Amino acid sequence: MLNKTSFTVTRRMALLGATALLTLPRTTLAQTGPVEGGRLVLIARPEPATLGLGLNLQAPTIYVGGKIFESLLTYTTDLEPMPSLAKSWSISEDGLTYRFELQQNATWHDGTPFTSADVVFTADDMMRSSHPRWKLLAETYVERIEADGDFAVTFTLREPFSAFIYAFELSSLPIMARHIYEGTDYRTNPANNAPIGTGPFKFVSWNRGQSIELERYEDYWDDSAAHLDRVTFLVIPDAASRETAFEQQMVDVLRPGDVEGFVARRLSETDDVVMTTMGEEFYAPHAFIQMNLRKPPFNNLKIRQAVMHAVDRNFISNNIWFGMAAPATGPVSSRTAFYEPDVTPYPFDIEKAQSLVAESGLSGDDLKVTLTPLPYGQQWDRTAEYIAQQLTQAGLDVSIKGVDVSGWAQALSTWEFDLALNYTYQYAHPALGVARHYLSSNIIQGTPAANNEGYSNPEADRLFAEAANSVDPEETQRLYTEVQKLLVDDVALGWIFEMRSPTIYRDTVNEVVTSAIGAMDTMKATWKAA
Amino acid sequence: MTYRIFLTRLGNGLLVLIGVAIMNFTLVHMAPGDPAMIFAGEAGGGDETYVEQLREEMGLDKPLVTQFAIYAGDLLRGDLGYSFRNQRDVASMIAERIPATLLLTMTAFGIALIIGVVFGMLGGWFRNTLLDRGLMIVTLVLYATPLFWLAMMFVLLFSVRLGWFPPFGMQSVLVPDAPLERMLDIGRHLVLPAFSLGLFYAATYARLMRASVINVSNADFVKTARAKGVPGGRILRVHVLRNAILPVFSLASVQIGQLIGGAVLTETVFAWPGIGRLMFDAILQRDYPVILGVFLTTALLVILVNIATDLLYRIVDPRIETSAGS
Repeated sequence: MLNKTSFTVTRRMALLGATALLTLPRTTLAQTGPVEGGRLVLIARPEPATLGLGLNLQAPTIYVGGKIFESLLTYTTDLEPMPSLAKSWSISEDGLTYRFELQQNATWHDGTPFTSADVVFTADDMMRSSHPRWKLLAETYVERIEADGDFAVTFTLREPFSAFIYAFELSSLPIMARHIYEGTDYRTNPANNAPIGTGPFKFVSWNRGQSIELERYEDYWDDSAAHLDRVTFLVIPDAASRETAFEQQMVDVLRPGDVEGFVARRLSETDDVVMTTMGEEFYAPHAFIQMNLRKPPFNNLKIRQAVMHAVDRNFISNNIWFGMAAPATGPVSSRTAFYEPDVTPYPFDIEKAQSLVAESGLSGDDLKVTLTPLPYGQQWDRTAEYIAQQLTQAGLDVSIKGVDVSGWAQALSTWEFDLALNYTYQYAHPALGVARHYLSSNIIQGTPAANNEGYSNPEADRLFAEAANSVDPEETQRLYTEVQKLLVDDVALGWIFEMRSPTIYRDTVNEVVTSAIGAMDTMKATWKAA
Repeated sequence: MTYRIFLTRLGNGLLVLIGVAIMNFTLVHMAPGDPAMIFAGEAGGGDETYVEQLREEMGLDKPLVTQFAIYAGDLLRGDLGYSFRNQRDVASMIAERIPATLLLTMTAFGIALIIGVVFGMLGGWFRNTLLDRGLMIVTLVLYATPLFWLAMMFVLLFSVRLGWFPPFGMQSVLVPDAPLERMLDIGRHLVLPAFSLGLFYAATYARLMRASVINVSNADFVKTARAKGVPGGRILRVHVLRNAILPVFSLASVQIGQLIGGAVLTETVFAWPGIGRLMFDAILQRDYPVILGVFLTTALLVILVNIATDLLYRIVDPRIETSAGS
């Protein structure tokens, strides 16, 4: 029964090697193999509130925690699953049973053996209460999670859900130690600030406000990995200081967002520096203008179409994001499964935008709107200014309402906005990262990552539901194609660009980006030339 | 007498502290942004039930008055609260940051006072000379320069170009084990942030000191000293400086609070692990217990420094003691 899709470590490893050779940027080829030892210095930005991965999913927590914890799988830059704590896996033909064979020699950093009990505890208990994304997934699709001996776990689904294979990445299901957390208050467990994982690096110290120190875990289950002696995360809150730190060679790697795009472009032109925009395929951050469809003027389709025509997505990608973005065509990123490029295009045409505004029949105060920018740095600010300027030219009366991150999150979460900038992670599959922004059932308050605009279309709901349950890839593609066309015709959101954020590192550092989550991953293959 | 004044000041300080606690609590809760929503967002999003659950766990579901009563009760027991977000006691979070901020602000304060007093004294004593004009131009430029820009220029010049001092942090990645080497390492890291923070205030003190020196120099007792043939250096040191410095002390005591405020910027640019950055991060994250704890601690520091200045004032100028006594 369980033999439809079976993978082995050897095959996957070979695939990884081939992928790395074909797709990754230049590395130090003079070396014949990984050099053991050395210290890799990275930046924690902002400083994580906690290292309890699974309780806090902020990027810095994943960045640091990702070296300490692991999930069952990781993914190639082509979004193929690869082994991690699961050495192999199989999916039943009916798509209802996922069985994972676990690494048998993995141990926690305190020496306790890692077993299937840890996986069941994490997936069926801890994450159900502390991880809202996993909670929703588990409650909707998972019938039961069972251990089969010490080194096998089976997830049985209520109904087929083809995206389920993508639910085992670090930030979706980090495996936590049962013996540390069971019977405790998860959020106040001291291990959240001195974590114990199974990953290639173990926690040493956290000098608050300054640095976090990790060291190689000598008993790591993968003998051929974990080459670095130490990994240090420096806390550097100011962007200019981060730039200086890299230029002064005090830092080895800059992850996406550590410096602004124009700085990244300049740094990449330095001789001994490597830049890659790979390593974000899993998250595939997708930026959009969120329009509040509950009230004028954005409950009017012509106004939404005008927004699409008024904004030059190529200009934003090339001039504001310095080429580290690609124009978006619809709700699904071109790097995500089931992307459909053949949708209604909205070419930049300001005159068309003006006539659409005129045709809408709206005027005066109905066209007066505020734009809430995403307060994530200068490029987002410039994007907001450009959009406001273009929409004003199209005939809307736009004013920018500057807020900090908390204010932005509250405005979106309580639907108190007209226009807002936002972006979403796609998590490799439309059912995981895309549908949540359009499903009627997800018109909920409390999070900026839901259907905050209030889009409701029973046909879109039906297509998303059927696609999620489909086990036939062709049928799935057909359904997702149909729903993408529908959403683009309805202009449910104003999709702007796919972010192609750069990872920058010195050419003495190798194997920085080896998976679809790039530097956020364990870095167990990373090494530094002597 | 000094003891009584100290107790009076302490009593006043306590009243100010209570006022500050009430005002901070009210203002922080009036600011837009919901900690539970932010926390839910960071956990990957959540529905209303999840946010409500968080709000309950954080104690934010209770009426504001009840929340304040709990907060005040905790304060009376010496408990600054618990940061749900950081999963740590606020007091311990502040305690580990205070030394860094005190080291930075006190060094900057010392730099500001020394440079300000010396520049002002020279400018006032040699008024309308080339030296005076030169010093005043320098102080004007320093005063008009934004703190963050000065900090960045310092990094560019002394760190990137000349490589004299580290551009950020409080310690090197490989922290030396020997105490002396460790102190020197921290000292090297301290130079740029302390000077960029201190120079701005030095400019203020220099201009005030100059005006004060000119004013005191024209006083009758200085003219008498001159008429009696007292040497210029002695007049400056004994008669002028001691009297002219009093307004600088007054201003400096008031500006301690601003200095800690300025430390937020300096600590951010130089990645200095102090209380200013803790406050900045907490505000962004709407971590109410940390914000309130830092505000209260800062207020306490300002009050204590003001009391200390009051006492110092009486040592520098005994006439104040007499006047207070009469």
